[in-house]
Amino acid sequence: MLVVENLVVRYGPVAAVKGIDLAVGENEMVSLLGANGAGKSTTLLAIAGAIRPHSGRILFDGADITGMKAEKAVAAGIAMVPETRDVFADLTVRENLLLGGFIHRRRRAACEQEMESLMTMFPVLRERMHQPGGTLSGGEQQQLVIARAMMARPRLLLLDEPSLGLAPLIVNHIFELIERLRRTGIAILLVEQNATKALQAADRAYVMSLGTIAMSGTGAEVAGSSDLESIYLGRSG
Amino acid sequence: MDVGTILQFTLDVLNLGSLYALMALGLVVIYGILKLVNFAYGELVMVAGYTLYLLNGSPLPWLIMALVAVCMAVIGGITTDLVAFRPVRANSLTAMLITSFAFSTLLQNAALLFISPRARNVPLPEIFTQSVTMLGVIIPVRNLITIASAFILLGAFTLVMKRTVLGMALRAAASNFTMARMVGIPANFIITVAFAISGLFAGVVAMLWLGRIGAVVPGIGLEPLLVAFIACVIGGMRSLVGAVVGGYLLALIDVSFNYALPPDLLSFRDAFTFTMVIVILLLRPSGLIKGPDTGKRT
Repeated sequence: MLVVENLVVRYGPVAAVKGIDLAVGENEMVSLLGANGAGKSTTLLAIAGAIRPHSGRILFDGADITGMKAEKAVAAGIAMVPETRDVFADLTVRENLLLGGFIHRRRRAACEQEMESLMTMFPVLRERMHQPGGTLSGGEQQQLVIARAMMARPRLLLLDEPSLGLAPLIVNHIFELIERLRRTGIAILLVEQNATKALQAADRAYVMSLGTIAMSGTGAEVAGSSDLESIYLGRSG
Repeated sequence: MDVGTILQFTLDVLNLGSLYALMALGLVVIYGILKLVNFAYGELVMVAGYTLYLLNGSPLPWLIMALVAVCMAVIGGITTDLVAFRPVRANSLTAMLITSFAFSTLLQNAALLFISPRARNVPLPEIFTQSVTMLGVIIPVRNLITIASAFILLGAFTLVMKRTVLGMALRAAASNFTMARMVGIPANFIITVAFAISGLFAGVVAMLWLGRIGAVVPGIGLEPLLVAFIACVIGGMRSLVGAVVGGYLLALIDVSFNYALPPDLLSFRDAFTFTMVIVILLLRPSGLIKGPDTGKRT
């Protein structure tokens, strides 16, 4: 479904991603791991169209989407949940969700229906419906941005560090929700620093180090590898 | 102080404040999204003014002429975006700022060259020179028209921003532009809409402003721009509500000094007003009303 070939992303003279290959299949959950600054988020942003890659190709369903604008990528079926948990702070939860379905705005009834079914999955959002997004707690905001991304009815969901800054109990809850989303038939590319959680959940995993892919395999293979710790600490790879 | 004076004072504040609030909103609707102070904003007022002047003597009723003039300001706003800003938007914010100065100068000089450096009278309907008497106070009808137009426009604008998907998209883009794009809101479209709305406010301001001064000159846009800028700064650059509050507050300060200052100090009114503005900024450096937290640009 998603194929990334020899992707290079530069911030000025600095290459953050130095020619990586990765793939995500239909209804597959793939984790992208690595230490801070390994280039994981940059990779996701490039796939979502938020930053332009320097070279390489990104294919989605066989079509070349390299350098496509962010708003076009959503229409193509790729939705992004950024690490910064960007709720629209002064818009209500309901407005946030409605905007998540912006590309389907002409079919208002379908949007309302989608919102209703997401409310069942994220009941806390129903209670907060008319509150500004900025007044929600961290865990609630994380659920809001995930639900907002789902409003676009994507086929591939890009999740950037959904566990960041959340209490362990809430992290567990978020991962349960991700698992349930996946059962609806979408593919997920998950960036995480919390390797244990991410590997348990994933079909396959890639480990990035200093802009390159240092290791890849099934979740169990990567979890069982003795190199994982050293890659994280930057001693090899 | 008798009831008549209170009424007159209130209406003066509301009248001037309505104009200031509309001016400020036109500026802040673009600033919110692009983080750009559009210095060519005043020239949109000028475009509307000269359109009205050029339509002078046509058989159209005044309201239609005014409508055409406002439309020209909207088109002017959209053109500013397409011609001046879109080509340089990928570059730095400074590039856009310089471009806005350049475009402002270009439009002003076009008016100087092709029309005249001298003031040109614009057609105005009878009603703008009439007045009514209430509680012994003479009130120009144009002041009431200004207040009513502002209230209607502010109400309509609030409805659009609160109730429509387009309005929500505009607010989302102002709060976090990159994220707005990532939910599928097209950047170019939303920016062009912002410029069109800015042009609409400039056009309406032009009609009401011309109703007070009666003639158009190439530099007519300077004062509305300056007033809008100050109102935005005291109200809070990132908040639409702030722009309106700032507009009415600036008018309150202005009118208060007008009433309170002795005649020989009256010519220094602006100095007193700006002192007040400085005091407000010392107390609330980011303006009275705080906007959304993130201010990221593309």
